[in-house]
Amino acid sequence: MKNGVIRRAWAGILAGLLATSTVAAETFVFTAIPDQDEARLMERFGKVAAYLSEALGVETKYVPVKSYAAAVTAFRNDQVQLAWFGGLSGVRARLLVDGSEAIAQGVEDPEFETYFIAHASTGLQPSDDFPAGIAGKVFTFGSKGSTSGRLMPEYHIRQHFGKSPDEVFSKVGFSGNHSKTIALVQSGAYEVGAVNFKVWKRELAEGKVDPSKVAVIWTTPPYPDYQWSIRGDVDARWGKGFKDKVQAALLNMRDPDLLASFPRGGFIVATNADYQPILDTARAIKLID
Amino acid sequence: MTGGVETIPGARPRYSPSVRVSFVFVVIAVACLFPADLSVTTLDPWSEIRRMLLGVLTPDFFAVEAIGTAILQTIAFALLGVALAAVTGFVLAQFFHLRAVRAACAVVRAIHELFWALIFLQVLGLSPLTGVLAIAIPYAGICAKVYAETLEEAPAAALNVLPAGVSTVSSFFYVRLPDAWVHIKNYTFYRFECGLRSSAVLGFVGLPTLGYYLETAFGEGNYSEAAALLIIFYVLIATLRFWMRPKLLGIYLLAAPFLLEGASDIRFDNIRRFLTEDIVPAPLRGADLLDVQTWVALQDWLQMLLTDQALPGIVATVVLTQIALVATAFLALAFFPLISMQFFGRFGRTIGHVFLVVARSTPEFILVYVFLQLWGPSMLPAIVALALHNGAIIGHLLGRYSDEIRLRPDSAAGLNRYAFEIVPRLYGQFLAFLFYRWEIIMRETAILGVLGIATLGFYIDSAIADIRLDRVMLLIVVTALLNLAIDALSRGIRARLRLSTRVESCQG
Repeated sequence: MKNGVIRRAWAGILAGLLATSTVAAETFVFTAIPDQDEARLMERFGKVAAYLSEALGVETKYVPVKSYAAAVTAFRNDQVQLAWFGGLSGVRARLLVDGSEAIAQGVEDPEFETYFIAHASTGLQPSDDFPAGIAGKVFTFGSKGSTSGRLMPEYHIRQHFGKSPDEVFSKVGFSGNHSKTIALVQSGAYEVGAVNFKVWKRELAEGKVDPSKVAVIWTTPPYPDYQWSIRGDVDARWGKGFKDKVQAALLNMRDPDLLASFPRGGFIVATNADYQPILDTARAIKLID
Repeated sequence: MTGGVETIPGARPRYSPSVRVSFVFVVIAVACLFPADLSVTTLDPWSEIRRMLLGVLTPDFFAVEAIGTAILQTIAFALLGVALAAVTGFVLAQFFHLRAVRAACAVVRAIHELFWALIFLQVLGLSPLTGVLAIAIPYAGICAKVYAETLEEAPAAALNVLPAGVSTVSSFFYVRLPDAWVHIKNYTFYRFECGLRSSAVLGFVGLPTLGYYLETAFGEGNYSEAAALLIIFYVLIATLRFWMRPKLLGIYLLAAPFLLEGASDIRFDNIRRFLTEDIVPAPLRGADLLDVQTWVALQDWLQMLLTDQALPGIVATVVLTQIALVATAFLALAFFPLISMQFFGRFGRTIGHVFLVVARSTPEFILVYVFLQLWGPSMLPAIVALALHNGAIIGHLLGRYSDEIRLRPDSAAGLNRYAFEIVPRLYGQFLAFLFYRWEIIMRETAILGVLGIATLGFYIDSAIADIRLDRVMLLIVVTALLNLAIDALSRGIRARLRLSTRVESCQG
């Protein structure tokens, strides 16, 4: 009886060996920074992969990553050739990979915003001017590598106070992503936080935000944010004009179900030059040498 | 006897060295409480605790996409990592008399598997090899040490009766090895259990193991899903001896490589770049090495890293470690009676066992993560989690140890038995376990920085977020040195107190 089980297991392994020995054409791989709701990533971006496979005529696969840095590293190490980056992670990635390009951005991205949100117990009120009352509070950014959750809020904090966040606040944390920032400020674990305005609006619409506990107190001036970046060597590997084909496929993505993964209203053309302000800001606060 | 007080009339009481050492550690821990941040910032932790408990009561085993693959991946990474570590460790054990081998093993041991994973993620990306090597490398260092010590202790009597002229090889295979084999086998089995925990935790940095889904589930507040994942993990560990049979090992090992997921191509270019560019300190990269300015810049770079990051990181790591160590000690003393025949009947002990199994099977990394969500950012979640986990491990070992104590039939019961009969007899063993865990607790403390507590891991994680691998390497080296220092100190104290120098099942 037992031996039978073992023999069958061996047979299964041999079958597996034979199956994996078939040669496959090179797969085009993409990833996306894990900036929000990480559940069902495979399901959400799996649909995008299916759409791209169809539009490009090349097998396209999505690989999930756990951090912004992992997305940049995968792009740099050529384990993905296309990535949905934030402003800062995109700038970093393109600095590391010669010839890589920003090819598409969300319609909302040229004018992106960060919301400063505060727990009701702080008594902080919404204002048009920078909320100086946040000094001394317990503050959380999003991910350490986020544009809307770290770079831009830190820039404005330094601009206003002339001090680093560590010196301005009684405690500084990094929640990890925008959904967590909202949840942690709402629970009062942090008093104030900085969050991507798109994620805030979506979670508000989905009823995940309790307006009696947490509210927006300030909006940053607009800046360019997310974009699709592609490696420079894709034409050499998938044929001339492949980059243009990818760009066209992204710009033609119209299915609201697919766009909800990002979440964006649609995609428009982007260039590396669009993100110069992000690079300058990152250099100004020494996140990039 | 190691504990106790000798009172000579008219003189001040003289405490035994173990008691004095204990006092010193308690005083240090109390002093550490002042700089430590122990606040609970969450205004309403109860609503979240309620949701968590509800999740525990309503586990949802169908919520996780690909839960089956997650389990298989967790086992596969652990299996291959530990197998590779065992083989390498066994070979290295033969050369353990060489200083260089001992030193190399100590260094790779001093770096936590999560840090190894973070390094390999940079070089190999999401390749399965990242996870396998992250487990195999530090474990090889641990296995080498334990195997070498085990082989060393083969009874001299057997070796002495060998006729003259028996070759070293023969005596190794026919005398030393057979005697040590059972120990080596048991230890490797125990290592595999540790490997499963490590494998699960590696999911937190992106490998497709249980931790990957656990982190997502906790992060999103899907506690029913998180509870299901944890229950599966406990069952996996509790049933280990039923499915981990020597006969099936070959099949498992052959099947495991095919179960591992991830990008499989490894590029030599990436490895070369990592070694020759990425980890070279930024001021030296592409600079003129003959120019004085280069070296001034390097000095500034080093000074900035050491004073702004390494130093505060070391202070926080040490403060947290010392508090957690003493908290562990108290919890261990409180936990061990739960499973001891000296104190409880069969029913009570069963409940005690379940509690201790859950507390010690849950990787402390995951415990800290949960408590951080509940109480907000401070050292408190880390202290409670580290103390619970390590207290349960030592409590378990002490409980088993206490069963071997034979008391007179008329000896006291209850609290008097605990305080006057059992604890004094256990005290030496208790300290030995504790000092073994000291270095392990510090290693854990360092990586908790990845979760946001300002220990060394926090600065390492920040440097990784900025893709500044030169800083990552320097800070990891600092962390390793700190661990080596604690290890040496712990060995010194154990030797001073003449505590048992070998505690197999207590090795991290």
